[in-house]
Amino acid sequence: MTEKIFSSKAGRDVRQGEYLLLEVDIALGNDITAPVAIREFEKFGGRQVCNPEQIVLVADHFTPNKDIQSAQQVKMVRDFALAQKIENFFDVGRMGIEHVLLPEQGLVKSGDLVLGADSHTCTYGALGAFSTGVGSTDLAGVFFTGKAWFKVPEVINVSLTGKFAPGVSGKDLILYLISLIGVDGANYQAIEFSGPGTAAVSMDSRFTVSNMAIEAGGKAGIFPVDELTQRYEKERGFTVDALEPDEGALYSRTIEIDLGSLEPMVARPFLPSNGAGISEVEKEEIRIDQVVIGSCTNGRIEDMRNAAAILEGKKIARGVRCIILPGSQQVYLQAMREGLFEIFVESGCAVSTPTCGPCLGGHMGILADGEVAVSTTNRNFVGRMGHAASSLYLASPVIAAASALSGKISGPEQAELEKLTPGV
Amino acid sequence: MLREGLVFKFGDHVNTDEIIPARYLSTSDPEELALNCMEDARPGFGRREDVRGSILVAGENFGCGSSREHAPISIKAAGIQCVVARSFARIFFRNCINIGLPIVEMDRVEEIEEGQRIRIDFTSGRLHNLDRKTDYSINTYPEFLQQIIQSGGWLSYATANIAPERVFEERR
Repeated sequence: MTEKIFSSKAGRDVRQGEYLLLEVDIALGNDITAPVAIREFEKFGGRQVCNPEQIVLVADHFTPNKDIQSAQQVKMVRDFALAQKIENFFDVGRMGIEHVLLPEQGLVKSGDLVLGADSHTCTYGALGAFSTGVGSTDLAGVFFTGKAWFKVPEVINVSLTGKFAPGVSGKDLILYLISLIGVDGANYQAIEFSGPGTAAVSMDSRFTVSNMAIEAGGKAGIFPVDELTQRYEKERGFTVDALEPDEGALYSRTIEIDLGSLEPMVARPFLPSNGAGISEVEKEEIRIDQVVIGSCTNGRIEDMRNAAAILEGKKIARGVRCIILPGSQQVYLQAMREGLFEIFVESGCAVSTPTCGPCLGGHMGILADGEVAVSTTNRNFVGRMGHAASSLYLASPVIAAASALSGKISGPEQAELEKLTPGV
Repeated sequence: MLREGLVFKFGDHVNTDEIIPARYLSTSDPEELALNCMEDARPGFGRREDVRGSILVAGENFGCGSSREHAPISIKAAGIQCVVARSFARIFFRNCINIGLPIVEMDRVEEIEEGQRIRIDFTSGRLHNLDRKTDYSINTYPEFLQQIIQSGGWLSYATANIAPERVFEERR
C-alpha cells in the first residue's frame, strides 16, 4: 500500500529504497514545532508560503497557554497564520488535539501524502493515507516549496485474523505488537495491517493503532481503505477508492496476530515495548495516584464511551485523581450530549478542555516525585508526565477507568465489560 | 570533512524527552535549549564546559520518541560536533540531516568508551579511536543525502535548488 500511494503521488511506479521529492497534500505544525519552522523560514529569507491551503497549524500542546513563554509561542504561530493567510489555524475554542482534529474535520483523507512536524502524524494511516512525522525544518521546507523529500520505506506486514474479545481494543493490539517487535522494531519501515481481522477493527481503534506505529519506530502505520473507511470519508464529503495490498507485495517480514487471542495490555515503565497482559500485571497490585484518559491516542468518542461504561454509577478510589481530556471540541460536545460528562463528574473525575497537556508533562496533571499513573497516552519514558522519579503505565481507556475505581492497576469486572460498545 | 573530540557515552534507546525534556520546550531559542541538552539522561550535561567540541556516542535507536527538532538543535547548539550511534530513530536521523548536524552509524560502538578521543573522517568513511589506536569503517550516506549535507542542510538545499523565488532578493 505504501508503494501504491507513493507511485500515485510520483506519477510512476516507485520502488522501496528510492528517494523522492514530492508535493505533500497537507503539512502540519503545532505550538511547539511550528515556531521553530517559522524562525527557520524567516532566517532563510522566507517571504510568502508556497501554498497556504496546504498548511494546518494547531495550538494544542501547551494550550490554553500554560505560561507566558507558551503564550508567546502560540502568538507567534497565530500571527504567522494571519500574515500568511493560513485558514487552517486552530486556536483555543476551535482547537482539538491535532491527530483527533484533522481526520474528524476532513482535513486529511485516504490516499493523501501527509507530513507533520509531530511524531504522531502517523495516525492518519488509519485512513489509508501515507502520513509521517518529521521535524520543523521539513515543515519550513514545505513553507518554501510545497514539497518534501521521502525515502520509500520497506514494509512490515501485520496480518490480522479474528476479532477483539469484549474490553479489548486497538490500544491492546498496538501495545502487544510493540511488545513483540520492540521500540525500534519498525525503524525506517512502514507497518501495514492486512487480513480479514482489519474489518473488525473500528475506525477509532484504527486511529489508536496507527498513532502508536511510531512507538515501534515505524514511519507509518497503514490500514486498508475498506467499506468502513469509505463510510467515514463519505460522512466528510469524500468518495475515496479502496486500497489494499497486492498479492505478492514485498515485505521485510510478516507478523500474524489473532485479535481474539489478545487480552488487555499494560506497558510498564519506561518503554512502550514493556507490555504485559492485565492478568499478569494485576497480580502485582500496583497502587496508583493518577489516571489520565485522553490524548491523540485515546481521546476519541469511543474512548470516552468505554471509560464512561466502566465508571458509570461508581466512585474513583480515594487518593486517585482521574483526569479526562476529550480530544476535540466535537468529541467534547458529543460526550456532553451523550451524558458522559455527568457520569465522569459524578464518579469524581476532572474533565478538561482538549489539550495534549499531561501526556508530555506539559500541564493539566503533572506527576510529583515517586507518583505512579495509568494513562491512555502513548509514551512512558522517564519523566514523561512530570518528575523524573515518577512512573507511568500505558493502557486502554477500559483499563485506565477500571484502575481509577480500584486504586490499583486492574481490569474491569464482568458486569462492566458487558456494558461496552460491541465490536470495540 | 573531519571531526575530532572527547567522547561522552550514552546507552540504547535514548529518547528525545531525555535529550530535551518537554518542560524546556516553551522556547525555541537554540542557546537556551543547549543549556538543557541531555538533561534527563545526565542532569547538568548542557552546562558543562567540556561538552563544547565533544562527540556523543550511543547505542541503538538514539533519538527515539517525539519529533521535536529541539533535540538535535540543543545538541548542535551545545557545540557537540557529531553523534555516533549503532542506529538512530528515523525522525531524529532525518532532523540531523535537515539541520546539518553530522551523525555516524557504526556497529562496534561498545569499543568506544567515555573520555576517549575519536576522530571521524567522513571523506574516507573511517572512525579512529585515538586512545585505543583502533580503526573502524562507518556507514556512508546515499548521494541525495550527501547533497543536502554538503549544502549545509535541507533549507539551504531547497531554497537554492527548488524555490529561489520565495527568498528575499538580498538573500539569493
